[in-house]
Amino acid sequence: MAAARGWPRRLAAAAGALPGRGGPGRAPGPAPDTAAPATAALYVHWPYCRKRCSYCNFNTYVVPAVDEAAVRACLVREAQTLLRLSQVHSVTSVFFGGGTPSLASPGTVAAVLEAVAGAAHLPAGAEVTLEANPSSASASVLDGFRAAGVNRLSIGVQSLDDAELRMLGREHTAAEARKAVEAARGLFPGRTSIDLLFGLPGQSRDAWAQRLEATLRLCDDHISLYQLTLERGTALAAQVRAGALPAPPQDLLADMYHTARNVLGAAGFRHYEVSNFARKGALSTHNLSYWRAEQYIGVGPGAHGRFVLRAEGGCSREARVQTPEPVAWMREVQSQGHGTRSRAVLSPLEQLEELLTLGLRTDEGITHERWGHFSPQLNLQAVFGEPGEARALQQEGWLVLDSGGLRCTWAGLAVLDSLLPALLWQLQRVLGAARCPPRGAPAEERAGGGARGL
Amino acid sequence: MALAGRAALRWGARLPSPGPAAAPLCRPAWLPAACGRPYSSRGKEEIDMSTYPVESIRNFSIIAHVDHGKSTLADRLLEITGTISKTDHNKQVLDKLQVERERGITVKAQSASLFYNHEGINYLLSLIDTPGHVDFSYEVSRSLSACQGVILVVDANEGIQAQTVANFYLAFEAQLSIIPVINKIDLKNADPERVEKQIEKLFDIPTDECIRISAKQGTNVEKVLQKVIEKIPPPQCNTADPLKALVFDSTFDHYRGVVANIALFGGEIAKGHKIVSAHTKKRYEVNEVGILTPNEQPTHKLYAGQVGYLIAGMKEVTEAQIGDTLFLYKQPVEPLPGFKSVKPMVFAGMYPVDQTEYNNLKSALERLTLNDSSVTVHRDSSLALGAGWRLGFLGLLHMEVFNQRLEQEYNMSVILTAPTVPYKAVLSSAKLIKEYGKDQITIINPAQFPDKLSVSEYLEPIVLGTIVTPHEYIGKIITLCQDRRAVQKDLLYIDENRVMLKYLFPLNEIVVDFYDALKSLSSGYARDKAYAAGKLLCEHLKETIPRQLFEIAIQAAIGKKIIARETLKPYRKNVVAKCYGGDITRRMKLLRRQAEGKRLMRKIGNVEVPRDAFIRVLKRETDK
Repeated sequence: MAAARGWPRRLAAAAGALPGRGGPGRAPGPAPDTAAPATAALYVHWPYCRKRCSYCNFNTYVVPAVDEAAVRACLVREAQTLLRLSQVHSVTSVFFGGGTPSLASPGTVAAVLEAVAGAAHLPAGAEVTLEANPSSASASVLDGFRAAGVNRLSIGVQSLDDAELRMLGREHTAAEARKAVEAARGLFPGRTSIDLLFGLPGQSRDAWAQRLEATLRLCDDHISLYQLTLERGTALAAQVRAGALPAPPQDLLADMYHTARNVLGAAGFRHYEVSNFARKGALSTHNLSYWRAEQYIGVGPGAHGRFVLRAEGGCSREARVQTPEPVAWMREVQSQGHGTRSRAVLSPLEQLEELLTLGLRTDEGITHERWGHFSPQLNLQAVFGEPGEARALQQEGWLVLDSGGLRCTWAGLAVLDSLLPALLWQLQRVLGAARCPPRGAPAEERAGGGARGL
Repeated sequence: MALAGRAALRWGARLPSPGPAAAPLCRPAWLPAACGRPYSSRGKEEIDMSTYPVESIRNFSIIAHVDHGKSTLADRLLEITGTISKTDHNKQVLDKLQVERERGITVKAQSASLFYNHEGINYLLSLIDTPGHVDFSYEVSRSLSACQGVILVVDANEGIQAQTVANFYLAFEAQLSIIPVINKIDLKNADPERVEKQIEKLFDIPTDECIRISAKQGTNVEKVLQKVIEKIPPPQCNTADPLKALVFDSTFDHYRGVVANIALFGGEIAKGHKIVSAHTKKRYEVNEVGILTPNEQPTHKLYAGQVGYLIAGMKEVTEAQIGDTLFLYKQPVEPLPGFKSVKPMVFAGMYPVDQTEYNNLKSALERLTLNDSSVTVHRDSSLALGAGWRLGFLGLLHMEVFNQRLEQEYNMSVILTAPTVPYKAVLSSAKLIKEYGKDQITIINPAQFPDKLSVSEYLEPIVLGTIVTPHEYIGKIITLCQDRRAVQKDLLYIDENRVMLKYLFPLNEIVVDFYDALKSLSSGYARDKAYAAGKLLCEHLKETIPRQLFEIAIQAAIGKKIIARETLKPYRKNVVAKCYGGDITRRMKLLRRQAEGKRLMRKIGNVEVPRDAFIRVLKRETDK
């Protein structure tokens, strides 16, 4: 992980004494019990864009004027409220996503970070990421964000081809994207990530190989490569369905993915999640907390969260969604301190299902220790080591269960969605048969750690 | 166009290419438990049957092609004789099963005794209803053997149809008096004159003997009754003779056991009599006798010539086999001729849609076969469909009706495989002969077909089929019949534009789709059956089976020969691109549904097949 940068103001006095990320022998994430000190990642949603991209179905809004002061006040207030409700002691990372958060002013980012640091501990080295669009990522703007406390940048390059960028409805050109990345690398060396899409309608194998080459020449140490998903309701999906654009064939998509894995792997990148590649240890801490099923708090319109409401005496992890529509969200935050639209307590089974679904997306998979946090009674071996779906998938070379935990093989990762239904079905069955559903792990169980499964 | 087969089944030699599909071993199994009879009337004043001597008895049947109005005529006869009250609701009174009323066919023959006064004499007329389909022709012939005459009903519009011919010959060969009746003369296109001429030409019955009626409106129905009395002779038998009773039908009553329908060819029978079955040699004591009106109405006795029912503590329908003769204990008589055990001629696999339904289906089968002893049941299992049975039916309609009754009366949904016919193999391999303990075996399951290297001759069932058609299709029909390896036996113009053809068919050639092929001749279609069907099935399966982690070859095979193939490519990439904090909720919803889907998958080897895939594939064919 990159060196900690100083915070603008008073922050993180006791940073070294607190549980750091991935420290040796220590469970990094939140344990769903009430005794241990709670940590969480914090996501902040900035819902506005200047223009909607043709492929995007996120919760974004294009409005003529944003009352930034009001939005800022609400983000700050909601962050404070939710941190208080969760009684999170330490925030492990902050991520400003959107929408286009680089359209917000650095002052808003600073205000939120300050609120977080005021309501909980924010360690000095904690990862603070901002998503930026090349069209709003000049060196001066980025410098402002850096001063506000951002220490990692994720730039939505999407493509390095002007025609493709036009098809995607992006506002920038390939040249502008290059410039933005170069500026970002200057300001955030080793902490600049770029997003890239593949599998665009009409994109050929060769075109994709060229994009990869160009990307390697441009990139820093982190790349997110997403296969274009034609989401329902988007302009691009409509064009493909209407036949105006060709739907990319399945085999071509598979080829592109395999090519990318090979090319990036040869360039020293670790393929640490289905769509994410990093070298020199530049993994995204924030995103890893999702895949490790740690606690996270979602702030802002439509943001999702997973955490325990300790302030209300809760001991179960909840799934929470904030009100998506910004104006309604603001009204709720102003009147009750937060705009939570839905809350649902996750059953032990549901928590394990999420852990399985998310954890297998990473190259580390699900460690015995992490599984033990959610399921102290039935370890990984007990659930997936017996004859059944998982065993068969292991024998077929898609899955590994060993002393490191449960994870996909190289081949298995590409077809994870074909593995999951069987694994979930086995999980449901075994848990149902055991009739002793796992509870939140008690503290002494957690401290044990290690590979209990094997 | 119409088709009728004759039950006169024979085993024809030589079989060019023994075909079929797949499904492994089976073994004879179990039988009975229970079912009810919808009618029952106790406590009425008993009729003294001795007041109806043989001379005042007429036993007759109504025979007709499907839908020519047999059941409607029966309704009218029952009304006129006061057997049932005259209302608008009397429709197919004798057809008690839901499937019979829906399909307008008679599956289970019912009988009714009618009391009718003619010229001062009280007559006892027993109407013995017969099943109306070729599949049930053995039952028809048994029913007819209890009669001395028949009413032959022909539709005034459609004229003589195939089954009219088949039924006529059954009656004719049984030397019964025949009363030709032309029905539906109230219809606009009725042409009774043409039909009368057909009858004269084909059956050699003078045109003036035909009675023109409208059973629906009741026109001339009374006249039919009078003709029954005048033309049909009373049964030739004597009450003084020892008891000789023909079992011509049987049903099962949940509380009282088997109810056998009997016709007395001699002697008398009453409660307390000890009787013996000529077929099983089992002894019973009579609990109850009576007549059917059409409800069961107990009587003190039944006398020679009379038709009624008997309950004698028989526990299973197989104990009262159709065609069997009953006699008094220690007074044996020569059994009535013509008895044979019913042999199923069409076999199909039956499987529960969901294996968890196996036991429910088993008990439904047990109960349904109680009432239908002609269905044979063997346990079977299939790689694709799990545990099930191989059932034997009299014919395709019988199979459909049975299936429909399972659905309607027992709410069971089943997978029925394509029907096959039994084959016989004359074995040449000493090893096999030793194994089977005989040199000729019957194969009802295609999976057990012995290799031709160990067989000297295959035999297949042959049926005599009658086809009546407008003459313009005759060329196409002859071609069709030749394609089906049929041998022509007869060709006759029954009037200036209708032709009757008779062919000997290998049963296998006509069992599934011959009738459809015949009907669609006019619309002109033909295809290479096996190859096209194989390809179609493969394509359907490819659409129905989801892509999996490995390549799946879908092949259609006849024996070892593969006739069609489709390849289902494996997934090379199947993983959602983005899964972050906000995406997981939506993701889990879909995955949980897919995980639930796993429960409903049937695993064949490693291939997961949605459990409804087979049904969808099998049903597809009938969709077209």
